Formats: sequence, C-alpha cells, structure tokens
Amino acid sequence: MKKKIISNTIIYLILIFVSVTMLVPFLWMFLTAFKTVAETMQVDPFVIIPRVWQTQNFGNVIKAMDFVRLYANTLGMVGLRILFAVLTATLSGYAFARLHFKGKNAMFALVLLQMMIPVQIFIIPQYVMVSKLHLTNTIMGLVFPGVVSAFGTFLLRQAYLQLPKDLEEAARLDGCNIPQTFLFVMAPLTKSAMVALGIFTAVFAYKDLMWPMIVCPDNRATTLASALAKMNGQYQQKYPELMMAALISCVPMIILYIIFQKQFIEGIATSGSKL
Amino acid sequence: MNTKPKKKMSARQKSEFIWGWIFILPTMLGLIVLNIYPMIDTVIQSFYKTGDFGKGNVFVGLKNYEKVLGDAEVWQALWNTIKYAIVEVPVSVVIALLLAVLLNKKLKGRSAFRTIFFLPMVVAPAAIAMVWKWLYNSNFGLINNLLHIKVNWISNPQIAIYSIAVIGIWSVLGYNMVLFLAGLQEVPKDYYEAAEIDGANGFNKLMHITVPLISPTIFFVIVTRIIGAMQVFDLIYMMIDLNNPAWKKTESLVFLFYKYSFEQSKKGYGATVVVVLLVVILILTVIQLIGQKKWVHYE
Repeated sequence: MKKKIISNTIIYLILIFVSVTMLVPFLWMFLTAFKTVAETMQVDPFVIIPRVWQTQNFGNVIKAMDFVRLYANTLGMVGLRILFAVLTATLSGYAFARLHFKGKNAMFALVLLQMMIPVQIFIIPQYVMVSKLHLTNTIMGLVFPGVVSAFGTFLLRQAYLQLPKDLEEAARLDGCNIPQTFLFVMAPLTKSAMVALGIFTAVFAYKDLMWPMIVCPDNRATTLASALAKMNGQYQQKYPELMMAALISCVPMIILYIIFQKQFIEGIATSGSKL
Repeated sequence: MNTKPKKKMSARQKSEFIWGWIFILPTMLGLIVLNIYPMIDTVIQSFYKTGDFGKGNVFVGLKNYEKVLGDAEVWQALWNTIKYAIVEVPVSVVIALLLAVLLNKKLKGRSAFRTIFFLPMVVAPAAIAMVWKWLYNSNFGLINNLLHIKVNWISNPQIAIYSIAVIGIWSVLGYNMVLFLAGLQEVPKDYYEAAEIDGANGFNKLMHITVPLISPTIFFVIVTRIIGAMQVFDLIYMMIDLNNPAWKKTESLVFLFYKYSFEQSKKGYGATVVVVLLVVILILTVIQLIGQKKWVHYE
C-alpha cells in the first residue's frame, strides 16, 4: 500500500511537471501580451507579472493588423473547406465502401497515393493554376487545394465499412434506390466521422502557413497564420504586441478545443499520417 | 426461370456502376486536377530551367539534378532536416510512450492531463514559434533568466536546429501520446497480472509486454512522424531571421524548396529539390518497412 502511494506520487509529479512544461509557453504568451516593452526588456529584477496590465496593447494590435478581416478570411477558408471536404468525401466514401463497380480499386489506389505523398509536391502547379484563374488574394484561392480530401474519403469509407449490411438491405427491400439509401439511411449514421473530418480539416487549414503565404501575400486577404508570420518579421523587438497578436489568433481555437476536446482529439488523432 | 434473377442482378450492377461513378466523380476530378496532375507536372518541371522575364522554360534534362547533387546548400539542408528528425522523432516517441503508459491507469485527472498535453496540436505553429522565439531570447527570454544562463538558443549555429527540434517535440508529444493510448487500450490486462506474479518490475513490463504488444502502433507513429519531421518548415521559417548567423545551419529541405520556388521564382530548381525530398522520404520509409520485420509483432 505504501509502495503504491509512493509510486502514485511519482506519477503525479511527472504528469504535473509535463503539464507545466506544456502550459508555461501559453502563460508566458498571455503575460507578455499585457506588459510594456520596457518590462519585457528588464532583467534585474526579471518581470513575470505585468505591474500594470497594458490592456491597450489589444487595441494597438487590432489597429495595426486588421484582425476582423483576418478572422473572416480564415473562417471563410475553413468553412468552405469543411463544406467541400465533407460533401465530396461522404459521397465517395460511401461508394468506395458500399458499391461495387468497375474501376473502383484503381480509383481508390489514387486516393491512397495522394495520402502518402508529401504535399509540397503539389504546391508549385497548384499555385500556377490559382494564379492563372486569377484567384490569388481571394478566399477561393485559399480554399483551392482543399476542395476535395483524400484523407476524408478514406475516413468516411472506414465509417461506412463499419455499418451493418442489413440496414442497407432493408432499405433496398423497402424500395429505396441507391441515392435514397445513401441519403436517408446510411449518411445520417456517419455523423461522427463527418464531425471528425470537419475538425481535422478546420485545424489543419487554420494551422497551415505555406499555402496562404504563397497565394495570399496581401495582408488584407490572408489568414491568421500567415499574417502572424509577416508580423513576426516586422515587429522585431516589440514582444508585447507580438504576443498579443499570437494570443488573439489562438485563443478562440483553444476555447473551442476545451469545449469539444473529445471530438478534437479524436478528429485529429484519426488522421495519422497527415501532419 | 433462370434468366429473370440474373437480369435483375445486372440491373442492380448497372445501377451500382452508374451511381458509384457519380458518387466518386467530384473527389476523383478534384484529386486528378489538384494532386495527380500537379505531381506529374512537378516531376516534369524538375527537368526544366525556369525562364527569366517571361521567356519560356528551357528543357535542361538532368542538369537540375546534377546541380542539386553538387549544391552544398542542398546537402546542408538535407543534413539539417535529418538532424531535426533524429532529435524530434525518437525523443517525442519515447516521452509520449512513457506518458501514455502512465496515463493508461485509473488516475484522477486523467482526461485533464490528456487535454493539456494535446493542446499544442490545435495552435498554429506560427503562434507557437513566436512564443518560443521569445522564450529562447538570449537577453530577455524566460529560459535564460529562470536558469541564470546565457545561451544563444537560436543564434548559435551549433545548437539552433536542436532548439527548434525541442519545439517540435513539445508540439507533437500529446499527439503521439494519444495514438499510443489508443494502442494501449487493446493490451489485455491479464498479461500484466501474470508478469506481476512472476515478479516483473515496471521497466520489465514496459520492455517485455507493452512495447512488443503495441509495436504496430509504435511503428506507425515512427513512420508517420519521420515523414512529418522531414517536411519541417513552419517552425524554422518563423524562428530564423535572414540576419540570424544560424541561418545556413537550420534551413530545411522544404525551406529551400519554398525559397527557390516562391522567393526566387526558380520553380524548376524548387521542383527538383522537392522531388529529392520525396525520394529521401521514400527511401527512409522503405528501410523502415524492411526493418519492421525484426521488431514489429502483428497478431
């Protein structure tokens, strides 16, 4: 018993130590965001908590960077990518899992191929297409590589494979044709896979840096991540404002994550290779 | 009598064929336009020199590849990328595995710990890199001031890439851990009970029961993490300014690809770099697929 208490204490100490390591950078981001530049440049004594909380940092950053616009762009991209990915992947996932037709295996091989290849291979031609279509600095340009999702197709196929066969049979006997069976019987049963795909799509679109930097170099057309990158280069030593900008761009995502943590963790963890 | 059901079958087959193709059509069209064609086009472009000032591209055969093989910057970038991966992948896998084993017990606050460890996965690497750059600041950063040391974490060319790898580990730890936790759920409890009767300690149980039993998960995590680590870009791009003395010792292959293709508009040469990256990743993956026979146990 005594041994158990000691080992549990050690386990907790390790877990708490790691938790602190994970949280300190976020805490430091938060504290710095409300300091003065002078406070961040002071080492003796080293300032941990701002003496006076500089709430005007928020206003200054909002004025310098049009965060409303950046949020609108990011949300627009994320929303459209979720819509397209869930829609196309639901259709193709069902067909790959439940229908038998010639050419299916060859097409599914292409889906798997896309999943296994580093995304950088696609970027130059994708960029050339976007600029030929005059979609640079637009939301559709941001959405472009994400209108279909090979990973989503794979994920939804898995979800349909797990559904019992008799459901479909019953629907068929009741006179449902294929689209009706799909729409009214099967698709509603894969909601959790759709949610997982939606979250996965949202998180990775929001985190992506290279694509928005390439297609939307304009500060007013780009996403949060790529605007942060630009700001990072311009505000060399103004750490309070940099941290405020970082804070503004990640707090909503963190709040969503805390509310929907189970779905977030499942949605991202099912992704495996696509990081 | 015989023909009727057969005919019915073929009507069904016909309808499955038509609807099957209609259902996959949007996805396949998208994949072909957005991925299959670009992949082929990138390979083709790697045989061309991008024309200057609106002049057309010039076919140069294997010249780009010859140039890559003789390009010290590419070799350095490959070496930097490998150094990053060699630190990030094993360290994050080992720590994540240990954490998963600890969390795989009935503990109070288990899901809170899981949520905290996973947190960096939902934050943009751009924001993460900004904070770490500030933590690493040699004069005013938290790390140096807390430990009373003076280390140039990201401007010393000797250590900068490892400092960046630490951020990579910190970012991906919780993700690896969640995958291991899923694997651990499938390990039957009685194995441990039997081992305990035989007097096995925690470390013995880990090495002789846990690791072999979840070796397929470990293998999957290592393969996918190496692929991910070989593509490192965001953290390096954010951490290293143009005037950082560690610049040359931290550039990754994807960074070079970005620089050539989009900052210098040498798309042909950029394409060559990314094809080289693909080949390197392919080789590493094949080596692991062969090597797995020695240590991965599938039931």
